[in-house]
Amino acid sequence: MATAVGAFGGADHAASKSGVWSWITTVDHKRIGILYGVTAVTFFLIGGFEALLIRLQLAEAESTLIAAGLFNQLFTMHALTMIFLAIMPLGAAFFNFIVPLQIGARDVAFPRLNALSYWLFLFGALLLNSSFIFGGAPDVGWFAYANLTALEYSPSSAVDFFALGMLVLGVSSLAAALNFIITILNLRAPGMTLMRMPVFTWMTLVVSFLLVFALPILTVGLVQLLFWREFGMPFFSAEAGADPLLWQHIFWLFGHPEVYILILPAMGIVSEILPTYSRKPLFGYSTVVFAGVAIGFMGFAVWAHHMFTVGLGSIALAAFSASTMLIAVPTGIKIFNWIATLWGGSIQFTTAMLFALGFVALFVIGGLSGVMHASPPVDTQQQDTYFVVAHLHYVLFGGSIMGLFGGIYYWFPKMTGRLLSEGWGKLHFWLMFIGMNVTFGPMHLVGIDGMPRRINTYDESMGWELLNQIETVGAFIIALSVAVFLVNFFKSVKSGEPAGDDPWDGRTLEWSISSPPPEYNFARIPVVHSNEPFWDQKHPELKHDAPPVIAGGADGEAEESIHMPNPSYWPIVVGFGTALAAGLVIVNPWLASIGAVIGLLGIYGWVFEPAGPEHH
Amino acid sequence: MTTNTTAHESHLATTTGLDHRKLLMWLFLASECLFFGSLIATFLLYKDASVVGPQPHEILNIPVTSTSTFVLLTSSLAMVLALAAVQRNDVVSARFWIFATAFLGATFLGFQVYEFYEFVIHGLTPKTNVFGASFFTLTGFHGAHVTVGVIWLMSLFFYSFRHGLPAERSLDVELCGLYWHFVDIVWVVIFTVVYLIGSLEPAAT
Amino acid sequence: MAEQELHPAQAHESAHPSPAKYILIATYLTLITIFEVLIYYVDALQDYFLWIFLVLSAVKFYYVAMFYMHLKFDARIFKTLFIFGLVLATFIMAALLLLFSIII
Ligand SMILES: [Cu+2]
Repeated sequence: MATAVGAFGGADHAASKSGVWSWITTVDHKRIGILYGVTAVTFFLIGGFEALLIRLQLAEAESTLIAAGLFNQLFTMHALTMIFLAIMPLGAAFFNFIVPLQIGARDVAFPRLNALSYWLFLFGALLLNSSFIFGGAPDVGWFAYANLTALEYSPSSAVDFFALGMLVLGVSSLAAALNFIITILNLRAPGMTLMRMPVFTWMTLVVSFLLVFALPILTVGLVQLLFWREFGMPFFSAEAGADPLLWQHIFWLFGHPEVYILILPAMGIVSEILPTYSRKPLFGYSTVVFAGVAIGFMGFAVWAHHMFTVGLGSIALAAFSASTMLIAVPTGIKIFNWIATLWGGSIQFTTAMLFALGFVALFVIGGLSGVMHASPPVDTQQQDTYFVVAHLHYVLFGGSIMGLFGGIYYWFPKMTGRLLSEGWGKLHFWLMFIGMNVTFGPMHLVGIDGMPRRINTYDESMGWELLNQIETVGAFIIALSVAVFLVNFFKSVKSGEPAGDDPWDGRTLEWSISSPPPEYNFARIPVVHSNEPFWDQKHPELKHDAPPVIAGGADGEAEESIHMPNPSYWPIVVGFGTALAAGLVIVNPWLASIGAVIGLLGIYGWVFEPAGPEHH
Repeated sequence: MTTNTTAHESHLATTTGLDHRKLLMWLFLASECLFFGSLIATFLLYKDASVVGPQPHEILNIPVTSTSTFVLLTSSLAMVLALAAVQRNDVVSARFWIFATAFLGATFLGFQVYEFYEFVIHGLTPKTNVFGASFFTLTGFHGAHVTVGVIWLMSLFFYSFRHGLPAERSLDVELCGLYWHFVDIVWVVIFTVVYLIGSLEPAAT
Repeated sequence: MAEQELHPAQAHESAHPSPAKYILIATYLTLITIFEVLIYYVDALQDYFLWIFLVLSAVKFYYVAMFYMHLKFDARIFKTLFIFGLVLATFIMAALLLLFSIII
């Protein structure tokens, strides 16, 4: 039945707020955000553990610690886990928790669909990782190039786990992306025009559009891969006249937008953190927004730069080289804007700020080594060497991960009502910053020296051992920094300093309500007059025109009653049925109908479940 | 499933003044353009690449497919008439046209089953060659979309007996209609690209 | 900004075409399809088939999307979203056909 919550919640309602069942049936965007975050950090630890094993194996020349086959599984699963199960869902955690708060909404547009996205993500992730138990994990690289994925060369079920796991994760991301676009377009508070939205919300919107348009392409590729393996349809068999390169095109048509899907959330977070701790508005707000949109658009026109060495022909090389160089321009614009935001600000070096600054510094390094690859002759030298590994980790670790940790330190007080310890936090930052450079810096050198990627060992006479040992030490420094974070996290959740509503003197709407926010977020929907509404309310003296007042906050006079969506268990049923169907395809495609029936029953229950107050 | 949310969401005021579900449907259809675009691109890359026959011009049957195309186009007409009937609160005509749409959709599927059967008899299966693989995948996924549409229409049809189809709920029919017309225009493209253009004998190069 | 040009959906409902108009469009669509099939059997036009068929199907596509799907009368954001997906899909298809030397 519908739950009508007064401003301070009904008594019977409070009872349903704890316990496992309340989490399983939750449709509250904040709880789903927390579920995403906790799951993503867990998988971050698993992916990190895989990385440590890889580094241990490579620390010594001609090492036999880890067999070659397992090594292939480890680097493949490390990539898949970090990309799809750690960075993307960590971004989704912030989309879920923060975006509705930033736009002044009470929930997302489709709360139950939001829950479904999470459950599909969880079950898809479990399906992908269950391959370790059932005969071996995917071992063909995260891009799974044909012909290596042919039944002859990959006879185990590993590739099927890859394809089916990715399909389930894809449906999850697509549902989430659709939901967030509708939420951002349709649930903004009065007065919040598009050009008054916080930059993080803008980047969420761009990422969601990238997902909506890139995922169906990957879906087609995965379906072809499955049909090829399961039913013998010759999609990538050269002997039947097919072109295995088609897979590479389809994969990178998705894969390049994907790298922006990974980095744009972090860019959005940094664009929130830098102004807050510089106590200045973001320099060139509209430029930052348009640069983000431009990156999104152009991201679809550069995919073949991942394929410069396959023989595209000189015209294609020139075209994709030019478009790749061009896409560096909007990225550079953002960097200048961030630096200009700092200029003349009264800067507070909090942990979140350190992570944001670390992001800018490391992302510049990763961006510069990346734009080098835009030149086909240079790329031909660097293709498949550790130089590329160095580049991508500066962008994805130095960029995405640093930015996302910045987001954790920045928004943790809003999510929990407590501050993370600054002392532990700074230790975390410096260990991570040093560890990351010690790990990935030397990879530039061994890469230029020709050390190939994805090899399980190397000859001692190559002279790569010392640098590899340094890299391994660096990896353990990163592990130590993550341990420091976990200590900080658990200590602070339990006994951290109370944060108050607005610990950072924030500028956007999420800081105008209590920490943690009430279930309905805003007792009164605020009215927005600028792109830093909360700052302008707190500092009317800085505005020339009449001071706008936002009538937000939990302390405001509540509206007569606020209707929140009911909890529902149908999302987990549909999610479970879908993932089960995908998993059973590996056993026998006909068995998959069991999962499909569960999923369909779930959809039936979903459609006829009264979700709103007018149904009783 | 993403579109069958209950009316709860649609009663809230929205920033753009547009209904959540309708915006969702259009966004989903925009996404589907990329899905079918990738399948069609694969077909165009592979249609003349097969090492063994049958080749497209040896097997594609234009008269039969023209008829099924006509059936599907007609179903789109029935669909708009159904929506128009719902909007003027004429539940009896609405019910008739919804059923007619589903019936024509099912007829189209019957044509497709017949076509697939004929192809298999004449030696073209999804495994035979790359033309077969890309052809069956593209038209098969289109057929799956039609099937989902027929199920959706029949759900509306039976729903109308229990709860009626008042004009206030016309959005339920409109969303189904958007999906149905989209599946129809995808077929317009498939008919042209796969059948008319695809069955031309490749120029000797 | 964009949303300021959007009007509530209700404002557009009244502009929907009448059933007679729908039937007229269905007639066009049928005639075009018949025309396509007839042309298909005229060998003399073989060199122009590609363009004739593409244009004719584009016309059919236009009518269904604009009238049956009400894009012509509805809020502009629907058109923008859909055309964006359509253009992107076309761009990717064309790029792939170029890269694989199927066209040119
Ligand atoms: Cu790329």
